[in-house]
Amino acid sequence: MSIKIEHISKSFKEVSALKDISFEVKEGELFGLIGPDGAGKTTLFRILTTLLIADKGTASVAGYDAVQNYKDIRNHVGYMPGRFSLYQDLTVEENLEFFATIFGTTIEENYDLIKDIYVQIEPFKNRRAGKLSGGMKQKLALSCALIHKPKVLFLDEPTTGVDPVSRKEFWEMLKRLQQKGITILVSTPYMDEAALCDRIALIQDGKILEIDTPEAIINHYPKKIYDIKADKMYELILSLNAYEYNHSVYPFGEFVHYTDKRDDFNPQDLIQFLKTKGLQHITIQETETTIEDTFMELAR
Amino acid sequence: MGRIKDGNMKKTNVIKAEKLTKKFGDFTAVNAITFEVKKGEIFGFLGANGAGKTTAMKMLIGISTPTSGDAEVAGFDVYKNAEAIKKNIGYMSQKFALYDDLTVKENITFFGGIYGLSRTQIKEKRTQLINELGLQEVTNELVASLPLGWKQKLAFSVALLHEPKIIFLDEPTGGVDPITRRQFWEMIYKTAHNGTTVFVTTHYMDEAEYCDRVSIMVDGKIEALDTPKELKKQFKVDSMNDVFLKLARG
Repeated sequence: MSIKIEHISKSFKEVSALKDISFEVKEGELFGLIGPDGAGKTTLFRILTTLLIADKGTASVAGYDAVQNYKDIRNHVGYMPGRFSLYQDLTVEENLEFFATIFGTTIEENYDLIKDIYVQIEPFKNRRAGKLSGGMKQKLALSCALIHKPKVLFLDEPTTGVDPVSRKEFWEMLKRLQQKGITILVSTPYMDEAALCDRIALIQDGKILEIDTPEAIINHYPKKIYDIKADKMYELILSLNAYEYNHSVYPFGEFVHYTDKRDDFNPQDLIQFLKTKGLQHITIQETETTIEDTFMELAR
Repeated sequence: MGRIKDGNMKKTNVIKAEKLTKKFGDFTAVNAITFEVKKGEIFGFLGANGAGKTTAMKMLIGISTPTSGDAEVAGFDVYKNAEAIKKNIGYMSQKFALYDDLTVKENITFFGGIYGLSRTQIKEKRTQLINELGLQEVTNELVASLPLGWKQKLAFSVALLHEPKIIFLDEPTGGVDPITRRQFWEMIYKTAHNGTTVFVTTHYMDEAEYCDRVSIMVDGKIEALDTPKELKKQFKVDSMNDVFLKLARG
């Protein structure tokens, strides 16, 4: 096991950030921690990267205990925190050199590992880090986290606030790193990124809701979901919320995802009901479950 | 979306931009963008990081003077009446919305005062808002102690205190849990339904589908502008995510 977390709890004053968390990440796995802000993702990262000590439970990373062998962990992991934390006044190259030096290596020695990513920012290597665009900062931070060739890479919300194009590119980079044998634990609030991980843990309010492969989590969803559409979106949502048999009503892109309390639900009944509410052009059809549906069902 | 067909409400333009441009030295951040937004419309303003969205928005809300071009917001000219624009719009962003070390009640009172509401109006609005959001039990708690989702919903309501004609939302739902994100959008629908124009930026492409019309900025220019349905048709794809990827990746 590359990461082993057993019964970890952590509180800050009255706020309990993590409540009895346990899971394992296998070697070479791309593991996603999926949950909104405040779920406890960063606290867990800080415990695993030895920056914070848990109140209860144990954790090990790359075979080292997070408390006893914290120095070993620091030498063998790369950590990219959610907030940009490189030296703004150093240039791109200086930052990278700095991180290489404190880990007792050189840029040349592990250039291979960062090459794909670093070439994209190399034209700006004399620019100060503080003057880089968001996307470039992210690439520099990732290069710095990789320069000592870590066994395990921790990425805390690397794609938050990043546009869909850059997000896609970032995930392509992660896939390539995984192929080089690095274990990756990545957190994200974007549910669509869950599908790109080998396994995921859904987390909210310091508790794990479920851990499995994305496919298995989707398959566990207990109900049939229907895509509903009509001429007026707001009125449609209000009417569905007023329908006595509704189990859940969530806007999903151009449709509303609807589930019914009854096992023998007949869409025609609902169409009739919506017509009495003055809606037109109503369509109802079964649709595929997404991770987001599952998350919302578990978090209810 | 069907509401466009409803009545005459939609016919007035509340935002008009013509060849609106902003340069910083040699760099053209916003390059001659032209578009209109109608009353009561939910208008999605999309683009990759660095495409010029924030700069464009700053000109529209009256805090940055354009280099050239024209724009009228809520009936006021961005060059001559920037102050009047500020009084007639609401603004909320993920980065700044409320004062963390004031209580819920204090925040509402403070912003009510800033927006020039009378004491009676503030009291009335405060009660209404607290009841609508179900915040009765936390009125005297510091905003810092509220969950992010509650904060965002409260910030949205506060930005509407002075009943602005247009509300600008800059990535209002980043990092918010999926259930709250949807509750937030129900509030947006309701606001638009009541005739307030909603101008919103987001990185969630499913949210782009909730908009009546969407514009996509690439390198300072508006490269696409239409209903989500038409855009998907035009680019021959099934989702706004794919429209975005096609456009922004070239």
